[in-house]
Amino acid sequence: MALSDKELKEIAYLARININDELLPSLKGELEKILNLFNKLNSVDTTEIEAMSHPLNLSQPTRPDEITEEDQREKLQETAPSVKSGLFLVPKVIEGDS
Amino acid sequence: MKLHELSLKEQLNGLIEGSFSSTELTEHYLNRISNLDKDLNSYITVTADLALQQAALSDERYKSSKALPLDGIPIAHKDIFCTEDVLTTCGSKMLSNFKAPYSSTVVNKLSSEGVVILGKTNMDEFAMGSSNETSFFGPVKNPWNKEYVPGGSSGGSAACVSAQLASAATATDTGGSIRQPAALCGLTGIKPTYGRVSRYGMIAFASSLDQGGVLARSAEDSAILLESMSGHDPKDSTSLKEEVPSFLDSIDSPINGIKIGLPKEFFERDLPEYVESSTKEAIETYKNLGAEIHEISLPNVDLSLPVYYIIAPAECSANLSRYDGVRYGYRCEDPKDIEDLYMRTREEGFGSEVKRRVLIGTYALSAGYYDAYYLKAQKCRRLVANDFSKAFESVDVILSPTTPGTSFKSGEKSNDPIEMYLQDIFTIPANLAGLPGISFPCGNHDGLPLGVQLVGNSLQEAKLLQAAHQFQKVTDWHNKFPEV
Repeated sequence: MALSDKELKEIAYLARININDELLPSLKGELEKILNLFNKLNSVDTTEIEAMSHPLNLSQPTRPDEITEEDQREKLQETAPSVKSGLFLVPKVIEGDS
Repeated sequence: MKLHELSLKEQLNGLIEGSFSSTELTEHYLNRISNLDKDLNSYITVTADLALQQAALSDERYKSSKALPLDGIPIAHKDIFCTEDVLTTCGSKMLSNFKAPYSSTVVNKLSSEGVVILGKTNMDEFAMGSSNETSFFGPVKNPWNKEYVPGGSSGGSAACVSAQLASAATATDTGGSIRQPAALCGLTGIKPTYGRVSRYGMIAFASSLDQGGVLARSAEDSAILLESMSGHDPKDSTSLKEEVPSFLDSIDSPINGIKIGLPKEFFERDLPEYVESSTKEAIETYKNLGAEIHEISLPNVDLSLPVYYIIAPAECSANLSRYDGVRYGYRCEDPKDIEDLYMRTREEGFGSEVKRRVLIGTYALSAGYYDAYYLKAQKCRRLVANDFSKAFESVDVILSPTTPGTSFKSGEKSNDPIEMYLQDIFTIPANLAGLPGISFPCGNHDGLPLGVQLVGNSLQEAKLLQAAHQFQKVTDWHNKFPEV
């Protein structure tokens, strides 16, 4: 399994992780080794097998639609990198005159 | 005998009898931590003030005859369990400034039983690793030989219990992260059935595999702690609605007639001679205890490693998408726009092993590859789980080595991810099937401990603890501790 630089950069963008160009060759080598590990599965016949997404046969539990949590906005925002007037601040997202 | 040399059970008896107070016990451990842990690095945070406050409250409860079941026992929590107002880092730069605004169910349950929290233990970053070398807070050393690793990802929990810097510790296991460090540090470690211990407030790595458990000095100590941690939690939708039996009640019953299965696929592997001989010796011990030994087959078990390294990274790539530098945790300096904020926060905040796994997982889930990787892996996971179901029709527990060898030197495997992944070859299958597994010491080679593993059928923790306890009644490996 060979990855191209372009593919690797696309994956990194999907994962929103910046990767410096000088790290690409070594990272590519490591990822290819891991992907090769998966070849073993190709020879297994799984046509009749149901996918197992979870160890338990679970159905989503439900609960009455009642308010159980109290408002803890200030406490929860204490750990935020940047907050103003109870809002999380990020760089400007929408272009145009402000 | 010094206080740290007592088992958890002996300490509990001492507290009940008034031979010493929780404050004395807690101060004793805090002194040991400040003298010995600089070198081992098993703790990320020591909560000395909190511990002494809790110990004082515990002593008052003893005085007024209102003691709780685990009152005054000093333990450590893996730094993956959110602890209110205490730094909870998960071993990552990403959470290096994160004081949890609430406590996990595990922390709450144990606190309500009266434990004293000594601190939060070091771990591989986001529980991804088998050597505790991927922590942002530096590697942990193995107390048996400081040139060697303690295993991972619960390496700090294992090292601190092994060095007797806590009576016991909580831990988590996604592919072997309790059992492998237990084996490498000479401890008893149990990963219960998936869903037995609540995952609420336990920082997620791979949600269909993660399970909380215990690292302790013996099966008996593990039983005491695990009983207090287990049980249904409405805050975790994957929590089992099953009664938790008393794990201690059955522990003393003899095990004659127990059927132990030996999977031939595990024993056909090329293992070092000392692993084979220690495992054989453990099997002999069980024969003498009246066990029946059967060869069994898990025909698809060799698929476990590739299945795991698709499913765990896929789930981790989804779980770790929450670390975006917006609501909590690390944020990069001077982001020029929102995209830059995400991209650089995650580049700088995650270490290389975490990034590797997020990228593998993203790839396996991306359009065009989903069926070939993720879906295929889920189908193969079913095959592995079916093998176990079939095996448990004829045996009670399945025995194997826990690891392919004793501990390895720091740096020895850190440049080769695949070499590192092979550490978990015997432990991963139980996670895929959601089954309980226990590791306990069964030998020593060149001054380093070695473990044996038992895997049980779903909800059979009591049987695993009983079988391990009966082994420990006739062997002495679990009573050996390193000089630190």
